[in-house]
Amino acid sequence: MLEIKNLHVKLEDEDKQILKGVDLTVPAGEVHAIMGPNGSGKSTLSYVLSGRDGYEVTEGEATLNGEALLEMEPEERASAGLFLAFQYPVEIPGVGNMTFLRTAVNAQRKSRGEEELSAADFLKLIREKARTLKIDAEMLKRPVNVGFSGGEKKRNEILQMAMLEPRMCILDETDSGLDVDAMRLVAEGVNALRSPDRAFLVITHYQRLLDHIKPDVVHIMADGRIVRSGGPELALEVEENGYGDLLAEVG
Amino acid sequence: MADTAVLAAQVPAVEGKVRPGDAAVAARLDALKLPQGGFTRAAREDAAQRLQAMGLPGARDEYWRYTDPAAFNAARPAPVEFSADSSTLFTGIERLNIVFVDGRFDATASDALEAEGLEIDSLAAVEGAADHWAVGVYGQLEAAGQIPVKRPFATLNTLAAPEGVLIRVTGKPSRPVHITYRRSAADADVYLHHVVKLEDGAELTLLETGAIGARSNVVLEADLGKGARFHHISAKRANDPKLGLGHIFARVADEALFKSFSLSVNGRLMRNESVIDIAGNDAVAHIAAAVLGDGDIGAFHHDDTVFVTHAAERCESRQVYKKVLKNGAEGIFQGKILVKPGAQKTDGYQISQGLLLDEGSQFLAKPELEIYADDVKCSHGSTTGALDETALFYLRSRGVPKQRAVVLLVLSFLADALDEIDDHRLRDDILGRLEDWLTERAGNPSKA
Repeated sequence: MLEIKNLHVKLEDEDKQILKGVDLTVPAGEVHAIMGPNGSGKSTLSYVLSGRDGYEVTEGEATLNGEALLEMEPEERASAGLFLAFQYPVEIPGVGNMTFLRTAVNAQRKSRGEEELSAADFLKLIREKARTLKIDAEMLKRPVNVGFSGGEKKRNEILQMAMLEPRMCILDETDSGLDVDAMRLVAEGVNALRSPDRAFLVITHYQRLLDHIKPDVVHIMADGRIVRSGGPELALEVEENGYGDLLAEVG
Repeated sequence: MADTAVLAAQVPAVEGKVRPGDAAVAARLDALKLPQGGFTRAAREDAAQRLQAMGLPGARDEYWRYTDPAAFNAARPAPVEFSADSSTLFTGIERLNIVFVDGRFDATASDALEAEGLEIDSLAAVEGAADHWAVGVYGQLEAAGQIPVKRPFATLNTLAAPEGVLIRVTGKPSRPVHITYRRSAADADVYLHHVVKLEDGAELTLLETGAIGARSNVVLEADLGKGARFHHISAKRANDPKLGLGHIFARVADEALFKSFSLSVNGRLMRNESVIDIAGNDAVAHIAAAVLGDGDIGAFHHDDTVFVTHAAERCESRQVYKKVLKNGAEGIFQGKILVKPGAQKTDGYQISQGLLLDEGSQFLAKPELEIYADDVKCSHGSTTGALDETALFYLRSRGVPKQRAVVLLVLSFLADALDEIDDHRLRDDILGRLEDWLTERAGNPSKA
């Protein structure tokens, strides 16, 4: 599914290397978690994979189902099946949630050569997905993320994911700003989307999200590299001892 | 009947004086056929004297520091090519239609000027009458609006406008009045003077759309009685290569509501002045504008100049101006809130924002507050910026193509101004038109 080889990335505007040789493979059907201290490069990795401006890839490559991801525009990556759930979803006043989602769904369908959804079919689909995620119909009528609580914003991200049906989902610190109930709701939404032909990369600071979204593999990232990989027990180890011991171990 | 020579003679007697505007005043009047005012005679004579005293503005005039008035001072407009009328804005909404062609009322294209709760006349049709209800408003609000700032083009309009529509509202008409402008002459130089008087408790929605002329000078005087509600929505035809001057003078009485929204999409040189006098307690006045200029079509310069005076207690005013500029387009905003002594509990708000879609455009803003009461809440803000890159990335990361994402973000930027339109049918109509225009300009016909 997702394959990253020796990825080196620096900031475009300054001579600062953020990623210093990331190697990572996430096969279809699996959930991988990336943990690591602040400034280790976790969010940069998610932005670079989804095509945000401001970063320069100096070395390495990333492919999604064999397609060279880094050569595509952000919207092409989305149509190819990549989805990034933002840590801080953007508020867009004046643009209705429904309008936005219908535009996105149909733009992706169009770019894949599929028929666009009619208004009626779209409405039926979004109501069904919103019900599953316990999203109020009123929220769909409001402008994108405007006036949403932290939990509502994250649920809205998961709703978008459910509507767009991506094959590779990256969740960038989706647990930040959520209380326990909201996190459980978000995790349930993610778990409902787990399938043999879909993969997840969950970026998180803490173990607690992984109580709800059970990862197959946990990676520890530090100073722009994956320094250790292991099973779910690795997250528990971080929870118990912090990153200090782990990082000292790898030097 | 007033005599043309009498009116004109009062103005050009300026030889020997050095004011740069005087010769221009004479030239302007030479080029005009002055009306033979009946009930407007006194107002026109007063305007003639005031115009003589103030002259026309020059480039050094502080109030015109951002906009060169030369094209408005010229005796005649340069002829411009224009396309055939195609405006369909609001056509799906039941309304009373009033049509002006090249600034002349067209009775055959208009609906009958009668409706419950309304008295409507064309100015030219009743011009010769000795008396008319509009005598208490015509030129009066304009004259009052000359203090403390001179607005000579409005005075010129009071003096010279041969046509307009006079609307007296006594009830709550079930449908809006829609003034549609059309034109057939490439060099049409149009003067229109509209008067709206809302009696106590009356309500009216007034719509204006279309292409007025190669050059236009339009004045709207709106006098709102106690508890009256007036909504004014103006959307001139997109891409019309015009020179346009517009003035709104409003007097808002106790508990009355005045709301005005204007949409401008390209053009050439436009200046809209709004002069709002909040004269009664517990009154509300909101004025808003959404402006889009793309210099790719031709030079674009759009100036909104606003002066809101709070002269009563517990009143609210809002000014919301949004301008999207591209390819060397220029947007101007001059806005002032004046709170007079005794206007306690005033809530005044002003925001002006420019969205620059490239580096060649500019937005100039001059926000002002002048407050002489001590228990008020007034704020103003002005920002100029580019598209939010994070928001653009957010949309694209969902698969929305870049051009379409830009359209959505521009609409998002304009949302605050559009939200000032209370009637959702009208708002949606304008929003749809804007979206079509932006999509077409973005070269992406797919609207998903």
